[in-house]
Amino acid sequence: MNPTATPVRRQLHLPPVPASPFPYHPGSLLSVGDLSLDGVSHILTRATALENQDPLTRDHILSKRRVALLFYESSTRTRTSFELAAKGLGADTTLVSSLSSSIEKGESLKDTGLTLRALGAEAIILRHNASGAAWLLEAETRLPVLNAGDGMHEHPTQALLDLRTILAHLRPGTQTVNAETLAGVTVSIVGDILHSRVARSNMLLLPRLGARVLLCGPKELLPDLAAHAGPGIAIERDFEAALRQSQAIMMLRIQAERLAGLQLDLEEYKARYQLTGQRLAAHAPEAVVLHPGPIIRGLEVTAGVADGPQSVILEQVRNGVAIRMAVVERALLAETAKGGRA
Amino acid sequence: MTALAIRGGHLVDPAAGVDLPKDILLKDGRVAEIAAPGKLKSANGADVLDATGLTVAPGLVDIHVHLREPGHTHKETIATGTAAAAAGGFTAVAAMPNTLPVNDSPETTRWMQAPERGAVIRVFPIAAATRGSKGEAINDYAALKSAGAVAVTDDGLPILKDNIMREVLAAAARVGLSVIQHAEDTRLTQGAGGAASMNLGPVSFRLGLRGMPPEAESSLVERDIRLVTELRDTRAHLHVAHISTAAAVAAVRQARRNGLRVTCEVAPHHFLLTEEHVGLYNTNAKMNPPLRSAADRDAMIEAILDGVVDAIATDHAPHAVHEKEVEFENAPNGIIGLETALGLCLRWLHKEWKMPLGRVLSLLSAQPAALLGMKGRGTLTVGSFADAVVFDPKAEWTYNAREGKSKSRNTPFDGWTMQGKVRWTISEGRIANEKAS
Repeated sequence: MNPTATPVRRQLHLPPVPASPFPYHPGSLLSVGDLSLDGVSHILTRATALENQDPLTRDHILSKRRVALLFYESSTRTRTSFELAAKGLGADTTLVSSLSSSIEKGESLKDTGLTLRALGAEAIILRHNASGAAWLLEAETRLPVLNAGDGMHEHPTQALLDLRTILAHLRPGTQTVNAETLAGVTVSIVGDILHSRVARSNMLLLPRLGARVLLCGPKELLPDLAAHAGPGIAIERDFEAALRQSQAIMMLRIQAERLAGLQLDLEEYKARYQLTGQRLAAHAPEAVVLHPGPIIRGLEVTAGVADGPQSVILEQVRNGVAIRMAVVERALLAETAKGGRA
Repeated sequence: MTALAIRGGHLVDPAAGVDLPKDILLKDGRVAEIAAPGKLKSANGADVLDATGLTVAPGLVDIHVHLREPGHTHKETIATGTAAAAAGGFTAVAAMPNTLPVNDSPETTRWMQAPERGAVIRVFPIAAATRGSKGEAINDYAALKSAGAVAVTDDGLPILKDNIMREVLAAAARVGLSVIQHAEDTRLTQGAGGAASMNLGPVSFRLGLRGMPPEAESSLVERDIRLVTELRDTRAHLHVAHISTAAAVAAVRQARRNGLRVTCEVAPHHFLLTEEHVGLYNTNAKMNPPLRSAADRDAMIEAILDGVVDAIATDHAPHAVHEKEVEFENAPNGIIGLETALGLCLRWLHKEWKMPLGRVLSLLSAQPAALLGMKGRGTLTVGSFADAVVFDPKAEWTYNAREGKSKSRNTPFDGWTMQGKVRWTISEGRIANEKAS
């Protein structure tokens, strides 16, 4: 190596990375990173208030406002809870899904978004199979966009409802959060981390409240570089060691065909990473068990665990409606809160 | 043809070792006379360009551009692409063969050079190394060379098979053509889940995008160097296109030490930007090879400064706006670069990192011209082609992609500050581009 060239590296002044222009709209929720901790507290507080409000008065909050649900992937929980949330606030909703629309004819995401805007949509809830799709839609429409899952990237409302669920059990009564709220708490996320938007949103959100996130899974589904995704994230490949440290355990869905594609043996995977009643009793008898759904019983979790006393899976689903009411309200009232619409 | 006298300028011709105030007379497409200021003997009747305060240099040479014609004329044409080149100070470009049809024939090679294409500067076609760039059957290099091809490549795709690449190198050496490799082991970048769309690393993980490992580049460069070593006696020339990783540069550095004919080019985006510039799915920061890690970017700068890099090449790759306004993983690879190369090189390599102007210009003209055997170009001596760029080396300006001459505007450098404003670009004695001072 040329001795004069080596020290140059540290002295070079380099072109800066430009600041992100996102989100363009204050009501958008593209990533958990868009929210300050005050913003998270606001959503949690509003979720509780809206959940407790008389449905007949709640109905006036977004009376006749228009919300479009744009779904490029099938979904049960996310779609239904967003729809119930928007309708619960009085908004009109319309669902556009890839299989019964012009998307099938090759219409681009940009054109679909502009069409929905022209039809009067004031906010778009997007589920898409490509990472980053929500950013594209927001940039092109400048509407408030709620990311309901983009490819392998993020699913911010899932992380918020998971947070609400975890708080209810580990920090009951908590509505406002800060950087210490989950200090001393370890949350394990187990399974196919690489392809999981739920994992990414949770691993970016929970450490900001003081939690430690342990990622657990085989190398093929959990590359070492995942530990560098943000602060407070570590990898623990031994499932039982992870269980012993955890107060909350988040199991992710495993797709058998994906394991096959990576030449992972299904039985071997289950032997190492399946959450069984025995494992749970032996290593984490006090922990809460979460799962974003859909569950594949007998694969990542046994039926006994899914239905057992430590499982909070259906609470998560219930929390989804409350969180999404708060997020939809924020999307449509964000500008008024800031002093009038543009 | 009328004569053209460039008076009052400062001539920087690194190949000739000149860095002095000189007047230059261009006549019949060639340099006719070079003299001290005011001392031209045969300039009577010549048109005069007043280059007072400006630098006069050999016209720039870009050995890696995609002009998109034939076939993809909604992205660029030979006319618009060469107009962009002229605006950027280039007087010669080597055009890649991944057109429609692929340029794997003497007919297409000649068609691209025909006057009807409307090129305002010289276009040197690079022909496909294999039939249809499919990496299987080798083309007739002698015929391609006599039709005007200056090198062979399957750019956009690698020549993956060992036996085919060995044969390509040997056959090209026999007729004196260079082989340009797009070094990407596609077995590592195109998995079952679809093609990877950025560099593999913490950023691709965070963004949920499939990543291209740096080894996909370096392992193929190392393989190619092994083949060149085996073919040492044939004088085979391997040129690594758009090199982007520290490991690949290290392999080239070692090959050169071993006396092999292995060269490489770096694109401005690979010595200026990193994977962080992808930001939140900016498709104008998507290209192949992708923007790499900061360590790789630093290695590119180091390799340029210490002389391992033989040329700056833009990999000018225009795409229509609507093609880039899509989901990141669905967006085509590539960015335009002809109108920003000089401005970025002067702003960063010269001004910021103190590379002497002559060396920067050499990487943009003399060295790439020599690399592909463009005789009489990349220098301004009496008898050489009258290819020149006249620019204000100190002037700063802001690049606005919308005002560019290219048909496309897919660039991550929109709004960037550039240094060095081109006043005239002269191609074989004709003014190909002129900008108000």
